[in-house]
Amino acid sequence: MPSLKRSIRWAGAALIAGAGLMSSACSIQPWVKPYERDRLADPIMAWDRDAISSAYLDHIRESREGSRGASGSAGGGCGCN
Amino acid sequence: MMRVSAKRVVGRGAVIFTALLLVRATCADVLPDDRADIFYSKYSGGGMDITGESALVRKKFTENFAVEASYFVDKVSGASIDVLSQASQIKDERKQKSATVEYVHDKTTYTASIINSVERDYKSDTGSFSLKQDMFGDLTTLSLAFSNTNDTVGENNGTAFVPVIDWLGHAESRSYDVDLSQILTKNFIGGVNFNVITDQGYLANPYRSVRFRAATPTGYSLASQTYPDTRTSTAVQMEGKYYLPYRAAITASFRYFRDTWAIVGNTYELDYTHPISNIWILEGRFRYYKQNHANFYNDLFDYASEYRFEARDQDLAAQDNYTLGAKATYAFLPNGWKIFKRATVTFDVSRIAFHYLDFRDIKYYGVANGYQPGDEPLYQFNATVYQIYMSMFF
Repeated sequence: MPSLKRSIRWAGAALIAGAGLMSSACSIQPWVKPYERDRLADPIMAWDRDAISSAYLDHIRESREGSRGASGSAGGGCGCN
Repeated sequence: MMRVSAKRVVGRGAVIFTALLLVRATCADVLPDDRADIFYSKYSGGGMDITGESALVRKKFTENFAVEASYFVDKVSGASIDVLSQASQIKDERKQKSATVEYVHDKTTYTASIINSVERDYKSDTGSFSLKQDMFGDLTTLSLAFSNTNDTVGENNGTAFVPVIDWLGHAESRSYDVDLSQILTKNFIGGVNFNVITDQGYLANPYRSVRFRAATPTGYSLASQTYPDTRTSTAVQMEGKYYLPYRAAITASFRYFRDTWAIVGNTYELDYTHPISNIWILEGRFRYYKQNHANFYNDLFDYASEYRFEARDQDLAAQDNYTLGAKATYAFLPNGWKIFKRATVTFDVSRIAFHYLDFRDIKYYGVANGYQPGDEPLYQFNATVYQIYMSMFF
């Protein structure tokens, strides 16, 4: 249970850090200019091109592994069988 | 006491999270294209066959507001080894519905969704909310998400065709995510994902049993599993995506996981994506996963009720697995047609090799063929996952 408190404190700290970052949004000059982002805008550079497929694979893994989280949504259900 | 304290911390987090909603940004973001997907999947391995069919529709009603709905049906036949070793064949079906609304204001995207999943012996409802903010000249994207899941867990004590469901209890799960995506150079983007999940309630799998040494013909007897009624897990994933000197991308990621059941898991993934003109996108991937066992897991206990918490669920055993995957996407309307901007069909196949390090195969090996309890070969199996889906963008 100490790990529960520690984990939630980490989540709280991250949320506070996020609030700080958001409050200063758009005030920094980008070092990669918008016209230099053609490669990053290519569909092959998307983190997740097919969310429905990723969610399905995550659900399969979470039904057979002890680990979970930090890799996209996994949907519901128990995977009991 | 610990629970009250944890609730207080969560309460503070909720207040901060609400405060984040009030943050105003100064630039503009856009919603992705409308799309419709039809999806079919098949999983075979470890004594189970699962087919899945799904449909997803996403529609923008204004430039700022979009709605998405999906429907998924899983059909299961067979059962994994730890179920099959003590129960009959299983046939089951899971239906999952979800609805999502998305709203963009300046550089902030707000998303709310609900998911409902129903099996005859398991019901699950999830509500989630997320907030995504582009900042620092759009070099950085920060996402915060929270979801709450309520499950009702039952056990079918009838047959596959005449089910008799005994409802065993409820479980509640809360998930907190903080994700950061950062453009580092013209060719390189990095990401860090942090997730905490807390569970409380009935967390055991009713279809699996512990076994303990006993003076029986097999040398052991089976009993119900007893899990702790709380679990908290933390996962951190780091990933990087690089655009190669020619038009292709390589992605590497690492995830570290640990929880209050003493499971520590490491996941490594490598992915290579290679387009061919505007018609094909080919992708190959490799994944390796390894974990140790939960602290209340044992393949064979010395006697009945040896410990307060006991499990022999294969998910909680020490294990590793390798995945090799390949995916091909074909754009059959690369330049659009009528209302469609483009359309693609994708075929994806994954081969997964599971190895258990302290979970033994008691289905095929036992005293009858010369194996004493605890000396049976370790269990391993291979699974194949096929997916085929069509995506239309309009």
